[in-house]
Formats: sequence, C-alpha cells, structure tokens
Amino acid sequence: MNLWKRMLCACRRRSPWIFHMNSGSCNGCDIELIAALTPRYDAEQLGVLLQGSPRHADILCVTGPVTRTSAPAVHTVYEQVCGPKAVVAIGSCPASTNVFIDSRVLVGPLDKHIPVDVFVPGCPPRPDAIVKGIAAAASLLADRTDSDACAEPPAVSAGNAEEVQS
Amino acid sequence: MNLLTALARFLIFPGLLFAVPAAWLVLWLERKTVALLQQRIGPPFGQPFFDFVKLLGKSTPPRAGVNGTLMRAWPLIAVSASLGAVGLLPVLPSRGGFQGDLILLLALMELPAICLIIAGFSSRSLFGEIGSAREAVLLISYNLVFLMAVVSIAVSQHSFRLESLATAPITAWRYLGLVAILVCLPAKLHVNPFSLPNAEQEIYSGPMTEYAGFELALWQLSHGLEWIAGVGLVATLAVPPSAYAWIDVISVLFLGFMLVLVVSLIAAATARLAIDTTVRFYWQCTLVFAVAAISSALLMRLRS
Repeated sequence: MNLWKRMLCACRRRSPWIFHMNSGSCNGCDIELIAALTPRYDAEQLGVLLQGSPRHADILCVTGPVTRTSAPAVHTVYEQVCGPKAVVAIGSCPASTNVFIDSRVLVGPLDKHIPVDVFVPGCPPRPDAIVKGIAAAASLLADRTDSDACAEPPAVSAGNAEEVQS
Repeated sequence: MNLLTALARFLIFPGLLFAVPAAWLVLWLERKTVALLQQRIGPPFGQPFFDFVKLLGKSTPPRAGVNGTLMRAWPLIAVSASLGAVGLLPVLPSRGGFQGDLILLLALMELPAICLIIAGFSSRSLFGEIGSAREAVLLISYNLVFLMAVVSIAVSQHSFRLESLATAPITAWRYLGLVAILVCLPAKLHVNPFSLPNAEQEIYSGPMTEYAGFELALWQLSHGLEWIAGVGLVATLAVPPSAYAWIDVISVLFLGFMLVLVVSLIAAATARLAIDTTVRFYWQCTLVFAVAAISSALLMRLRS
C-alpha cells in the first residue's frame, strides 16, 4: 500500500493536466499560458497537457479578476474538476484584481471564491514563470492525500499559498 | 485451441502481459513523434504509464442509477474486447486458433468503437453526443472498405482462420488488401486526418468529455490496445512465414513498430478533415482499392 502511494505521488507530479479558465481576463495572460504550451517552452516535457474538459484536469489555471458574470462559472468549473486538484492563479488580476481594483463589475480576487494553491504574479507573467507555477502546483498535488476534494466546500486559504517569482 | 493455450494467449503473449506495456509504448510513440516533428523534446519515456496511474488515483464524480452503472461498464467492455482481439492475433502461428476466428477478431475490434458511441450518448453531454454521432458516421464510412479488404484477404486464401492466413504464402493480392486496411487504420484509431470524434479544439474530448479518473484511464488503455490490435493484424498478415517462430515474432514486432511510426507521422503531419470530406474519401477514393482487392481475389479463386 505504501509502495502504491509512493508511485501515485510520483505519477501525480509527472502528469499534471491543466484546464484553462478565463474569468474576465484581458487575454494577456491567456496568450502567455498558450505560449507556455507551444514548442518554444514545451511544457509537455513535464507531462503537462491542456485538457478540453475540466473532468480530465488536475490543475485549474485561472486568469483574470473574477467578474460578476464569471463568478458562478468559476465555482461550477472548480466543482467539475475531480479531486485531488490544485488551482494556479495566473497573473496579477486573480491575486489582487490589479488595475481593475474597486471596479463595480468585479467580485474578485479569486481567493474569495475558491482556494488558490499557487500565485504566478506578473502583468502578464512570462511563460517560463507559468510553467514553474504549474510544476509547483504539481508537486503540491503529489502530496495531497484527499482523494475526494470534489465534496470539499470552497474555503479561503490564501494564507498558506505559495508564490512563484518570475 | 485448448483452454491452456487460449489462456496463455489471452493473459501472456500477445495478450495482457505483453499488450498493456506495448499499448503504453505506442501511446508514448504517438506523442513523441508529434513532439519531434514540432522540434521539441516531448513527453518523457513512460508518460502514458504515469497518466494511467495518476488517473487511477483520481476520484470519479458520483453517478447514480442504471445510467451511472452503464457509464462505468462501457470502458471495461471496450478494454476487454480489445484485449481479446489482441489475444487472437496469430503472432505465433501453429500455436492455436480455430475456424472462423477472423470473424471473432473483427467483431472484437468493432466493439470498442461501438462502446465509445454508446458511452457518449449515455453520458448525456452535448459534446459527447456530437462526438458519438461523428464516430458513428466515421464507423460507417471506413468499415465498408475495411471489411471488404479483410474479406478479400480471406477469400484469396479460402479461409477465415487467422492461423492458415498467417502461414499461407503471400500473394500480391494480399498486399493490396493490406494497403486498404492500412488506409482505414487512422480512422479506426481516430488519429489525425480522421480525429473527428475526439476533436479537442471543437468538441473537447467528444464521447469522453464526462469521463474522469479510473474510467478515463480505461478508455486510454483501450485506445492503446486498439492500436496494438489494428497494427498487429496488418503486421501478422504481412510478414511471410519462416522456419523459426522467433524470427516470425521479431519480424512482426519490427513491422508493427514501423507501422506505428508511419501512422503517427501521418497523424503529426496532417490536419483534421471535415466529416463530409472523410466520408467522401472513404466511399469514393479508397473504395476503389477495396473493390480491386475483392474482385481480383474472387477472380483468382475462380481461376484456381
């Protein structure tokens, strides 16, 4: 059993599948996230695959300050990702709502809505910082033992979140 | 074929013990070829195995009722059917087989595709339904050619027994039939020019959109085993029989490896065709091959 758990941890670290969620971003971070998956940065070396369905993903990559219309979608997609899962907030917007702060259409930042594991700051962050953030989330995921995080209620846990410097 | 040989073929070679690692190797080769053609390093060796173990450790969404049970059952049926198909392959001729096992092999090779169609509809996801409809259209378009090619091979040797087909001397007509089967393989494996059912930029993962965890792992394994069964069928029928069994096995493995590379290269180098182009390709262009193969086989039979 111990051997199986160790193998499972190693495999989780080496096969992070990501789902890209835009919560009202200006598209800057989205372009950089796509750039991280292109041949130049080649995130597939770390086993990273962009998945079309949140059901298949392990890591939810969220860009954008959470707007009022996108907040229910963020909750839905977070619930659709099966556990164990991790959330990477890409860019300064999901961390602090950035230049859109005090806007009346925002209900962000992201960690008011779902627990965030890794913040990748930058406006936009560089693709290599994004790859590093995904790798950090994957190693967090490897040690996560809760096999059914689907049932876990969304809670704020920004206090122990890890920050990746580019 | 007695029970012991049947079990050995199903569980050891070319069945479970050989086919599952081979399926992971093929899935890795498929991704690595795309990576190399795009001038990147690509996934590390054994990536499909890591994915499989990781998916086994993930939770699946709760599904109640008959629908949920069926959704769990389809990937299991698909994996066991494709494993059975691999187990029937005459890699080691004169080690079993029975009259009509080619028909059983064809049925077992069809079953995963049919499971995928039903799975997409039973998941009640919009993308799943579109993917299943596309898979059904694809099935109709390539199967006409595929079945005609297989029948032409069987007719030219007067037998539906895989072992006698594998040990018989190879005629030029058989190669015509094998080329027709090879043209159908990308559609059968839904790789790139014909990756309509799981077109990820259009309909996410098609029939598999709602699947997660253990079930998704089984679907991936079933896809790998379909590769082994399809490529193995062509390789075993294309390799001429030799005096020693080990030469046969090595040449089948080598030819299978080369075929996987060729199909992956075609997949990496082409873009996805639209559904009407796909149907036209098989029903207008490739059908010529199959008709030529079957009519020549019938003519040869009349002459002999």
